[in-house]
Amino acid sequence: MSNAPSRAATVEFRHVTKRYDERAKGNPAAVNDLSIEVPAGRICVLVGPSGCGKTTSLKMVNRLIEPTSGQIVIDGVDASTREVTELRRGIGYVIQQVGLFPHQTIGQNVATVPRLLGWPKARQRERAEELLATVGLEPARYRDRYPSQLSGGERQRVGVARALAADPPIMLMDEPFGAVDPIVRERLQNEFLRLQEELAKTILFVTHDIDEAIKMGDLVAVMQVGGTLAQFGTPAEILASPASEFVARFVGADRGLKRLSLSRVRDLPLQPLITARPGEDCALARQRALADPFPYLLLVDDRSRPIGWIRDADIPATGTLTEALAVPMSPLLNRRTTLKDALSMLLDADVQAGIVVDRAGAVVGLVTVDMIADRMRDTAGENRFGPLEPDAQEDDAAPTGEGPDGPVDTLAPPEPVEA
Amino acid sequence: MGPDQGRLTMELIGEVVAWFTDPANWTGTNGVPNRLLEHLRLSGASMLVATLIALPAGLAIGHSGRGGLLAVAVANLGRAVPSYALLLVFLPFFGLGDAAAFPALVLLAIPPILVNAYTGLRGVDRDLVEAGRGMGMTELQLLLRVELPAAAPVVVAGLRLAAVAVVATATLAALVAGGGLGRYIADGFGLRREDRLIAGAILVALLALVVERAFTFAERRTLLPGDQRRPSTADLAPPPLQSGLR
Ligand SMILES: Nc1ncnc2c1ncn2[C@@H]1O[C@H](COP(=O)(O)OP(=O)(O)OP(=O)(O)O)[C@@H](O)[C@H]1O
Ligand SMILES: [Mg+2]
Repeated sequence: MSNAPSRAATVEFRHVTKRYDERAKGNPAAVNDLSIEVPAGRICVLVGPSGCGKTTSLKMVNRLIEPTSGQIVIDGVDASTREVTELRRGIGYVIQQVGLFPHQTIGQNVATVPRLLGWPKARQRERAEELLATVGLEPARYRDRYPSQLSGGERQRVGVARALAADPPIMLMDEPFGAVDPIVRERLQNEFLRLQEELAKTILFVTHDIDEAIKMGDLVAVMQVGGTLAQFGTPAEILASPASEFVARFVGADRGLKRLSLSRVRDLPLQPLITARPGEDCALARQRALADPFPYLLLVDDRSRPIGWIRDADIPATGTLTEALAVPMSPLLNRRTTLKDALSMLLDADVQAGIVVDRAGAVVGLVTVDMIADRMRDTAGENRFGPLEPDAQEDDAAPTGEGPDGPVDTLAPPEPVEA
Repeated sequence: MGPDQGRLTMELIGEVVAWFTDPANWTGTNGVPNRLLEHLRLSGASMLVATLIALPAGLAIGHSGRGGLLAVAVANLGRAVPSYALLLVFLPFFGLGDAAAFPALVLLAIPPILVNAYTGLRGVDRDLVEAGRGMGMTELQLLLRVELPAAAPVVVAGLRLAAVAVVATATLAALVAGGGLGRYIADGFGLRREDRLIAGAILVALLALVVERAFTFAERRTLLPGDQRRPSTADLAPPPLQSGLR
């Protein structure tokens, strides 16, 4: 992005209620007394079952729907006092069904808001190309095509590019990745999170998928039918201590596992381990290895990159260490690997310990299944709605604002450094 | 059909060909060029006025979604009354000639234009409208940049139906002493000159065909790439209108 990101804005719902049928006072409202505050630059995910008022809430921000009562306040200004087209041009909008204009080229679609704002033609075009590149679509290939000539995933990218076109401080995204298969969705999510690291927009993101909410949200607002807010907090808070039976059920019985995906290896105190190099004297190495409770010695090369394990008992009494003694390696983890991925890899490995390496591939420590289990127990919240042990609440797992990052490459072993 | 009949038919064809090749029929007030011009002038003026009335009305109703039932009711009422009757209704007010035919043709053209504009717009994907509005388009921008382009094939189909009907029906102007290609038919009938009558009918048919082709071409132009093999958009308009006008 060549443009400096625009200043993000805070978005606040103050006791917002929407009744579609105002005469029927007894009827459940579509949105009922919703109060949430989204700090500037954060992603707030509205999640809940179908019909719980997510889309309605979103559309009240850009005033496609006017609240029955309450206010939506953007950067301290009541949205209802702003000129409506001007307000909307400053809010990126990705609708549930993408809604690209079929009679316009991709380039024209992306430049919709710049055109409304009266930008010069050349700048519109330039901006469209820049954004297509940003969302991973080669401008020369896509610019002059029509929406019907794109795949579903490509269309969703264009939808996002279009919403970003005028660099709005706020984005409303209504199930933006809903209409694609899980693999493409995951890729779009990851790309978008990476993009958001640069853009730092204030984003209201709607989904009915709790996993997507946990992954995308700095904050998650769980809504329930009748349009009431069931819980508002960070993903970690919601998973660790669901506020009600409904939330506990909605986040699922596997919420413990889900919490694993919120913590990363860097959140654990790593266990030191004994290493040795090929050519070292066996007797000395053995002595060192036996002094440590962990029953393995890690053979590393001259740059501290792991070669393989040697069981303490298998270290010969005399001679020097050779690579031939090493057994297959445990999975390599890095500090950004989620605990969920780490655990999964550990369960599959012969030696149930993960070797954590730095960017250069050098060993920095060890992760064991026990360490992960300890961590989960320590961060579990006090709550009446599940089998979690009551314990002190501690929320450093995924502090607000840190969010999930770089999730795609967490599984990849670090590249060895070229000299 | 006896051999006698066959001989007569052959003779008639010869006479019609002779009519077309007679230079006298291609010059002067009663020549084909002048009659064609009169015909086109009357049809064109009727279409223009009808479009100016029906298109904005249809677009406004289609965009706002209000008054749709009323529009359809008015349009259907217009269609229920035969053009010939309309012609006679206007006769006392406008006198003999094209002046009486003109309002009748306008009323004939309004329903298909109005109804197709309305249904075309109503048929536009609500998501598109929502997306446009959500991005800050004014209502006019929505209409011109989103709804009209998306509904264009249906809207143009309405114009086509109207134009073909008007060109064909403008023939009736001759019955109230107007001009146009209908003169050949009326005169041929009155004077029992079959060659002229048939030549006139052929000319009207050809003209209607040309107009139909021209609008169909325009309709195709409004289709999107990758959409070329869509079924004729005429099918998208409500069926009763179609059968009434084709
Ligand atoms: N235009 C409308 N008129 C009347 N009722 C409406 C309208 N739009 C939505 N509703 C009702 O309001 C409630 C909330 O709808 P909303 O579209 O906000 O749900 P949602 O949470 O986005 O659901 P989904 O996940 O299915 O998109 C629903 O009960 C719905 O039927
Ligand atoms: Mg919705």
